[in-house]
Amino acid sequence: MNFFAWLGRITLRSLARLGFAARFMGFLLTQSGTSFRRFHLTIREMYFTGVMSLVIIGVSALFVGMVLGLQMYEVLKRFGSGDGVGTVVALSLLRELGPVLAALLFASRAGSAITAEIGLMKATEQLRAMEMMAVEPVARVVAPRFWAGVFSMPLLAALFNVVGIFGGYLIAVPLIGIDNGIFWGQMQANVDFHYDLVNGGIKSLVFGIAVSLIAVFEGYDAQPTAEGVSAATTRTVVTSSVVILMLDFVLTALMFQGN
Amino acid sequence: MNRSTIDIWVGIFVAAGIAAVIFLALRVSSPSSFTSDDGISVIARFDNIGGLKLNAPVKSSGVVVGRVADIRFDPKRYQAEVTILLFKGIDFSKDSSADILTAGLLGEQYVGLETGGDEAMLKNGDTISITSSALVLEQLISKFMLDKAAETKASQ
Repeated sequence: MNFFAWLGRITLRSLARLGFAARFMGFLLTQSGTSFRRFHLTIREMYFTGVMSLVIIGVSALFVGMVLGLQMYEVLKRFGSGDGVGTVVALSLLRELGPVLAALLFASRAGSAITAEIGLMKATEQLRAMEMMAVEPVARVVAPRFWAGVFSMPLLAALFNVVGIFGGYLIAVPLIGIDNGIFWGQMQANVDFHYDLVNGGIKSLVFGIAVSLIAVFEGYDAQPTAEGVSAATTRTVVTSSVVILMLDFVLTALMFQGN
Repeated sequence: MNRSTIDIWVGIFVAAGIAAVIFLALRVSSPSSFTSDDGISVIARFDNIGGLKLNAPVKSSGVVVGRVADIRFDPKRYQAEVTILLFKGIDFSKDSSADILTAGLLGEQYVGLETGGDEAMLKNGDTISITSSALVLEQLISKFMLDKAAETKASQ
């Protein structure tokens, strides 16, 4: 019986949290006017979430692209099609690795910071103080961070793709010695604008919404103690990572049905 | 941090992101899904299309001149009906022939078009009457085996 009580308790608790998150999302959207009317609030947050993530995104993408180049060439060579390494690098980055890895890095670099910041503001009663001054904290603090994340994510994913492809190029052309024209030509012939690029962009937009929502929600919902904020930060990274990977499967199944 | 410094950095970030998207669109991908390009569509019927797929290229002299827009089974003739979309500005004569060919030994299948000698050109909705089917490897092998068997019987 204990087991069933435990199962029932966690089911009810997670459903209640999910409902609260959905209502929070709705409230956030109704309070979003301020983040566009006073756009400098959003720009400021884009600096902290987007610009500050550029270095980690760029370095990771370069190495991911180089590893992809080496590994794919190694395999493709066995089938006598080593020239196709550019195609494989570009397709895997555009369709999967770019959006997913950029979102995972974004969740751990920017998402955790957002949660910690909002959680600490709650713990030190700054949010309460804003309410006292008739300033809605969701409009002033939460919504700009959310929208900054939503705007930054597709841009970061696009930059991840470009730097990753450049990493693949560095391996394929100067190191392995594939012809420059063949590398780019094969890539361009086999990568479709709609099917690959636009679908990858949609993925990164969805991930951006999911990660930003989880980050601001966990921060806003955190226990207002030092322990609570640290737990919320951990939950942001864990939940975002799992949600990104599950959403990625759902989106991939919808977009690429292998016809 | 100064507000104008933040503005500049975010501006650089957004510009770099947009430049990345443009680079991906122009140098990495190709807009091949322009199927509604106002070319003409013609129909070719084949006994067997093998592994021909939707959006497969239609080539003439090795150059892509169109795409396979639709593949259907014609239940009256028991044949495959392939709708071919030819790019604008490329005309083929009315007695052109269409073959299903394979790129490389086991590669992708595509439609090869060869123009004939007729003065009249193919118009939208026309049918290409001279077609030859895909080479199916199993049929080829079994034909070869039967021929071999017949040969050895005759020589005995």
